[in-house]
Amino acid sequence: MHPSLSTTASPAAAAFDESDLVRLLTPDGRRVEHPDAAWSGSEDDLLALHRDMVLTRRIDTEGYALQRHGELGLWPPSLGQEAVQVGTARALRPHDMAFPTYRDHGVTWVRGVPPERLLGLYRGSEQGGWDPAEHGVALPAIIIGAQTLHAAGYAMGVLMDEAVGHDDAAKDAAVAVYLGDGATSQGDTLEALSWAASFTLPVVFVIENNQYAISTPTNRPGGVPLVRRADGFGIPGVRVDGNDVLACRAVMETALQRARDGRGPTLIEAVTFRRGAHTTSDDPTRYRESAEEEYWEARDPIARVRALLDATGSHAEALAALDAEADALGEHLRAACRAVPDPDLADLFDRMYVESTPELQEQREAVLAWRALGDEEAAR
Amino acid sequence: MTRMSIAAALNAGLRKALEADRHVMLMGEDIGRLGGVFRVTDGLQKDFGPARVIDTPLAESAIVGTAVGLAMRGYRPVVEIQFDGFVYPAYDQIVNQVARLHSRSGGTQRMPIVIRIPYGGGIGAIEHHSESPEAQFVMTPGLKVLAPSSPHDAYWMVQQAVASDDPIVLMEPKRRYWETGEVGDDPDPLWSSQVRRPGGDATLVTYGPMVATCLAAAEAAAAEDREIEVVDLRTLSPLDLAPVVASVRRTGRVVVVHEAQRTLGLGAEVAARITEQCFFHLEAPVGRVTGYDIHYPPSRAEEHFLPDVDRILDAVDATFDAAGAELASSERPGGIA
Repeated sequence: MHPSLSTTASPAAAAFDESDLVRLLTPDGRRVEHPDAAWSGSEDDLLALHRDMVLTRRIDTEGYALQRHGELGLWPPSLGQEAVQVGTARALRPHDMAFPTYRDHGVTWVRGVPPERLLGLYRGSEQGGWDPAEHGVALPAIIIGAQTLHAAGYAMGVLMDEAVGHDDAAKDAAVAVYLGDGATSQGDTLEALSWAASFTLPVVFVIENNQYAISTPTNRPGGVPLVRRADGFGIPGVRVDGNDVLACRAVMETALQRARDGRGPTLIEAVTFRRGAHTTSDDPTRYRESAEEEYWEARDPIARVRALLDATGSHAEALAALDAEADALGEHLRAACRAVPDPDLADLFDRMYVESTPELQEQREAVLAWRALGDEEAAR
Repeated sequence: MTRMSIAAALNAGLRKALEADRHVMLMGEDIGRLGGVFRVTDGLQKDFGPARVIDTPLAESAIVGTAVGLAMRGYRPVVEIQFDGFVYPAYDQIVNQVARLHSRSGGTQRMPIVIRIPYGGGIGAIEHHSESPEAQFVMTPGLKVLAPSSPHDAYWMVQQAVASDDPIVLMEPKRRYWETGEVGDDPDPLWSSQVRRPGGDATLVTYGPMVATCLAAAEAAAAEDREIEVVDLRTLSPLDLAPVVASVRRTGRVVVVHEAQRTLGLGAEVAARITEQCFFHLEAPVGRVTGYDIHYPPSRAEEHFLPDVDRILDAVDATFDAAGAELASSERPGGIA
């Protein structure tokens, strides 16, 4: 390849300019102030965010292990991205809607999707797994960036329902959409930003900039930070430390409130790092340096909250209980994974349409009869 | 009973749909103030407001992709793709999202979206304005595809499509937009083919803009004492082949006609099904008259691409000469499958 066409230059860890990040908690766990963000939560709030992140990490660890044990065909690890997922999702209200990516195990956890429901897709038993309306969280799109348009459309519906601008927490609603840095290269994402700006939609775009689209680094060196995409659409952009759960929650609350007030969209670039592989199918040692991984390991989102907790008092009892809770969750997931039912053949036909078609019914009966014949022969 | 054009019938049908349900809304490029480039949505924004008849930015993927979100919020979006060839930027959202979300969500998430596409040639347009992509949607599980051919069907089908909880692609025969006909008081059943002209000697199976062409062919044949039955498929997915099968079992001779390119066009499926269900009733191979496997040509050549009365009648003649039909298939413009 001609050198000028190369996109594979690894972003050296030292290249990160952290000066423009909104941050409320330093990597070593010290509280700091920022003019554009505020955290005034209680000790219990801090423990709750910590719990969400620890349990999200446990879901991820179990998912990874289940794949390695052959129980899942694939798993997209979220290790290292717990703060942005939990912090932003905790700023949502029950009647808000979230459009996650397939890596947002923390978002689905916070929205109350039972974690075992994530397993069906990766086990080969489901192509989704839950009712989006039940939990206020959409099914993740596998096609990168497709969900940005769904979120923009949903936000149009919120506007048409006149569910913004009442200064009433019970009435006003907002939409959050999550995307990776890779999705910012997709046309759909740019169309969604254009749409959101054109119609002043109540939607917050959360870019989880985890530095790599599989093996391709975010084109940052020589380019511009992703947050500046917002400028071209005339919407506010915020660049936040994506490993700082307090800052993520704070900037998201501001952005969501802006949306609920009817003042339109916000783009958040949360700077974080995918500590694991893109999925269990790839090998990150082929495309990045150990120095980079060490740099980010030192910025671990859970460790820094834990350091703050340790500094503010004794939480031994709560933390021990959390350890037990995480173990129980792991045990539950391992059992639940093996209990995920195989796909029901008839159901695959029945769910195609609300009103099925004669041709499909014929095919359904034929395959069921054929399978029954096979079962009969096997029984003889 | 009222006489009107297909464009006016679609307009009236959309108006009824907007009146019937406040969750129905229209979205597309230039559909509001301009009333659409074909004026199908003329006056609707004025009467229903810019929040229900929405002029969008120029972005086809977004027009369909945001309809997904609107459907999730409980709306029933009717989106317009300005021309057939412009649907491809939205193809990903149609095939990977609209068509799949009901199934992916275990049947919980409904996608009551109508995607209107003015399609087909014959209007002397430039590139990308004369395509017939219907087979690509017919072969996509999760979608349904309708092709009205008359003002009556246009008026009723658009309302039936909006009322359906499944996603529907409505293929509108753009070169027939201005042709007029009677709109009756009652719709035909949505998922049904209809015999448009009875006849016992041979069967023409067609849909959309080719229905009028096939009826003209049958009229010309009648002048030579040959009675041709014309079946309008109307619904391309699911297919209602019962009237086709009944007709072919009576006539023993059949030609399938469509504008779209031949290879793996809808005619291939219809011919295969006829062969499966009517094999011992056939007096001749199933014939096809279609566009050719080239890009839709520059407009000064479109008369050679589009099936016309002569090509259709030639293909019908070939079914009466079954012995020579196979030999002739590679030479005839119409061809015999």
